[in-house]
Amino acid sequence: MSDFSAAERQRYRRHLQLAEIGEAGQQRLRQARVLVIGAGGLGCPILQYLAAAGVGTLGLADADQVELTNLPRQILYGPADVGQLKVEAAARALRRLNDLVTYELHAVRVSPANVRELVAAYDVVVDGSDNFPTRYLLNDACVSLGRPLVSGAIYKFEGQVSVFNYQGGPTYRCLFPEPPSAAEAPDCNTTGVLNVLPGLIGTVQATEALKVVLGLGDVLSGRLWILDTLSFQSRTLRFRRDPVQSLLNLDSANPADYFDASCAPALPLATAISASDLQALLAAAEPPLLLDVRGRLEYQRRHLPGALLLPLPELAARAAEVPRTRPVVVYCQSGVRSAKAVELLQRDFGFANLQTLSGGLEEYPGF
Amino acid sequence: MNLTIALFGIAREIVGKSSLDLTVPAGQSAAGLLADLRLQYPALAGLRSLAVAVNNEYAAEDVALHERDEIALIPPVSGG
Repeated sequence: MSDFSAAERQRYRRHLQLAEIGEAGQQRLRQARVLVIGAGGLGCPILQYLAAAGVGTLGLADADQVELTNLPRQILYGPADVGQLKVEAAARALRRLNDLVTYELHAVRVSPANVRELVAAYDVVVDGSDNFPTRYLLNDACVSLGRPLVSGAIYKFEGQVSVFNYQGGPTYRCLFPEPPSAAEAPDCNTTGVLNVLPGLIGTVQATEALKVVLGLGDVLSGRLWILDTLSFQSRTLRFRRDPVQSLLNLDSANPADYFDASCAPALPLATAISASDLQALLAAAEPPLLLDVRGRLEYQRRHLPGALLLPLPELAARAAEVPRTRPVVVYCQSGVRSAKAVELLQRDFGFANLQTLSGGLEEYPGF
Repeated sequence: MNLTIALFGIAREIVGKSSLDLTVPAGQSAAGLLADLRLQYPALAGLRSLAVAVNNEYAAEDVALHERDEIALIPPVSGG
């Protein structure tokens, strides 16, 4: 039973004319709830085609705002949208395209805290995210909740598409068991990309999402489609369900897979320590070394007992004096210079044993 | 035997070209090939997930390679 209006019949006529879709198929599309993660390069064409196809409810999840650098490939946005939330700017463009669709906006970054609720509310998830932790998180959530995941990813001139967890088919982890380390993930917005590439890959994802909803043809499950635009070669890699990897879900996978140091701000919060935590550490059996990066006069006036003095301007030249094997807490007056010191030592000298005292001595009891 | 290996993603960056010609002992396994490549290009050893495809099929570690096999190294990519 369908109740398409005359306008809908006209709008969707080319679908209705296909025996493989017809009224029953168009009705399935209208009843479908599809969640698109990321409203960026991949998300834009995915959303555009799914909205135009008449998918009844589209969820848009993205916490970012439109930036000028997005415009060449994120084709739902124009210069007037810069600075606006992507989900809101995208919804405006999509409503112009098809206002029969219900758009549900989630201006959030998908995280372990919200992924379950988000994914559970939809039938199909389409991944247009731009980082590995989100990709593993979505995979595991789709396994936990039994949702198919239409995955696409791009790198410079290349793209990959596959449908994971479809009707008992293999998952992302069957193909790529281990999340890449921070060091091997060079593409958190910093790598260049051919502007049309996400259009090519995103429309293939939209195709597969429609096939999943319609139960049409052979869904790209157990196969990874790879396109290299430079050589214009594509290949389809067949892969199987791995008995161990395919079972990993939100409850059984390592939660560390959902975090990525390389895409975090220069100084992740984990490297900051509060005054009270530092006091507790100093009272423990193996206290950290204290490194004071203020000036000599400030140090002479007062410093924490046992602290080593290495003024920030001299730090680069004297980095060899900082121990690498013992935990080191770096401090200054207010926390600004110590944060710079930690950043310098981590970035230029590869230190991995440093913390900065947040708020500096100003927040330290007794100073 | 001689093998030609197509490279994708970051593997292409590490090796510096899109395909690589190699001579390996007859009967070399997929895992053996990967181990050789990691010696030759240590940065490849840093890739935790790197799928080896043989004739467009995800290759288990013990799969024996043959001349004229179509081999590809496929790391995951994450851009969106």
